[in-house]
Amino acid sequence: MKKMYFREWAIESPKYWGILAFLGLFIGAAALSVLYMEHEGHYVTGMNNQVVWGTPHVFAVFLIVAASGALNVASIGSVFGVKLYKPLAPLSGLLAIMLLVGGLLVLVLDLGRPDRLLVAMTTYNFKSIFAWNIYLYTGFMVIVAAYLFTMMERKANQYTQQMGLLAFVWRLALTTGTGSIFGFLVARQAYDAAIMAPMFIIMSFSYGLAFFLLMLIYTFKAEGRPLGDMILHRLKNLLGVFIAAVLFFTIVYHLTNLYVTENHALESFILVSGGGYTLAFWVFEVFLGGLLPLAILFHPALGINRNWIVGAALLVLLGGLAKIFVIIIGGQAFPMALFPGQTVIESSFGDGINGQAAQYMASLPEVLLGFGGVALAIAGTLVAVRLLKFLPRALDDESLDTQVAKH
Amino acid sequence: MSKSEVHTSEDQVNASRRSFIGKTAALTTAAIAPGLFLHTSAGARDPSQAVTDKVRWGMLIDTNKCADGCTECVSACNKENGLPDHGRPASDPQWIRKVKLRDNLTGRETNLPMLCQHCEHPPCVDVCPTGASFKRADGIVMVDRHVCIGCRYCMMACPYKARSFIHETITEKPTHAPRGKGCVESCTLCVHRLDRGETTTACAEACPHQAILFGDLNDPNSELAQRLKSEPSRQIRADLQLNTGVRYTSI
Ligand code: SF4
Ligand code: SF4
Repeated sequence: MKKMYFREWAIESPKYWGILAFLGLFIGAAALSVLYMEHEGHYVTGMNNQVVWGTPHVFAVFLIVAASGALNVASIGSVFGVKLYKPLAPLSGLLAIMLLVGGLLVLVLDLGRPDRLLVAMTTYNFKSIFAWNIYLYTGFMVIVAAYLFTMMERKANQYTQQMGLLAFVWRLALTTGTGSIFGFLVARQAYDAAIMAPMFIIMSFSYGLAFFLLMLIYTFKAEGRPLGDMILHRLKNLLGVFIAAVLFFTIVYHLTNLYVTENHALESFILVSGGGYTLAFWVFEVFLGGLLPLAILFHPALGINRNWIVGAALLVLLGGLAKIFVIIIGGQAFPMALFPGQTVIESSFGDGINGQAAQYMASLPEVLLGFGGVALAIAGTLVAVRLLKFLPRALDDESLDTQVAKH
Repeated sequence: MSKSEVHTSEDQVNASRRSFIGKTAALTTAAIAPGLFLHTSAGARDPSQAVTDKVRWGMLIDTNKCADGCTECVSACNKENGLPDHGRPASDPQWIRKVKLRDNLTGRETNLPMLCQHCEHPPCVDVCPTGASFKRADGIVMVDRHVCIGCRYCMMACPYKARSFIHETITEKPTHAPRGKGCVESCTLCVHRLDRGETTTACAEACPHQAILFGDLNDPNSELAQRLKSEPSRQIRADLQLNTGVRYTSI
């Protein structure tokens, strides 16, 4: 049986260190931001007692969701037995772990008391979906790491399929868990929807694959490794399908909300009158993050151009951030319906006076912390592919053909 | 009114008791690691008597009596619990707030204080990952500030927006209300008073219009239980079926 060979990422040292230094700038800026926010207190951020989860949560949820999605390529290979995807599995698993680490770090560093992390790890309230997520996240890392080991250590190869299946089931649970954090908030109209969990799963497919595509194209191109159109076009078509599915779920979510009369005000807030949230929804989430990349990927000429594919994947990520921004922050800014049939005309606590939305303005340290998490995920992946054999030696059409034929 | 006289004499008794317990608590804190303090203080209400579910503390707020523009309860709460005012209302803690409503159809205006409703089935406790949010046997919902990691999930879950996150460094710290930057807090129904054997909260005491009636929901002879039995009252967001300890009339 002919084996697919893997090799360390061998770009020239100066270039490698240059990239790491560049990413290090973002990580350093994030570290400084955390020190500043923790020292001063959260009042220096845009967050307040009405909007309690801000930009760090947008990034954290985005990265965590993308992490489980990044594992898809590996799942398609080992669980669904599509041989073409098998050589991609190690990178897919690695990226999944790194994105999760990045996301969790952002989440943890935004806690009021990050120093009490040990408390969070040792004291559990088993009723809390949040506490369940701590297990889901750590379990995910352990399982994917074991899965990677079975792929990379020849003697363990025989267990790859089982581990792949376990990782796949676990990733579904993980995203359902993340989605449920919102789905269980009965008090908040925007989140109290059963569709949240499946919508998060499909979002993860899309953002994870976009990340994966970008890392694949970048690492191969930087080093001059052959990457054929066959595999690339399959992946970009798959991304197109996921984008369409996310759009579909978005439509269903808003339509079901519109069906329920008590949610009309919320819907008109997001869709029509919400200012920045409305803008983020239509322009960034729907158009730039959905329709435009969809059109690019399925365009006969642009869809096969690598630069355009990269552009489309970047747009998907931008749209993903916008979507999570609208869900998390838009959902909090919209006033809670405390007194149905009455209008709040005075309150010192921003209870939606005359239906007004709560104020939130992202602050620089929050944004820097978020980007720091993204940079960390990328840097971690690059360091790992440099040190270990994660990347297949070649993915051009010819070697893939023989690979698939020989198996 | 004879009732207010009773209050005064009770207050005098309590004042001496309070200073005694204050000293004991100070000694305990000095002797034991600070991390243990909260547990000590929670148990310190009366060593011979544990917190039981025979009592369920609650309130009836008469919105007809609550006056437009009056914020006595809010000031009393801030003073009692040492809540800071940095002049940043969006991020300063507010355990109790005044809300003014207008009925969309009739135009009738209502004033009321809003605070933690001390739910029997509190969503904040359900979601808290560490168990820092907890409900005492006597129905008081509180945050253990030594376990809270400041994730704010409870704030997302509370349907009444009753909780505040401490956004800034705390300078003033009353011994009975330990708190710190980065944690979440909310109304404790003046648990420190109740644990000293007192029977009312700072806000109820301060209201010049007697709009807040505090008492034991489980004691059929309490004025609270009597009035709840004879007058129509309601829970805010009763649809969520949280069985709140704070009830309102005439909304
Ligand atoms: S009102 Fe809010 S903070 Fe108070 S017990 Fe109910 S859910 Fe918890
Ligand atoms: S902020 Fe504190 S009390 Fe609230 S859910 Fe988190 S750990 Fe629990």
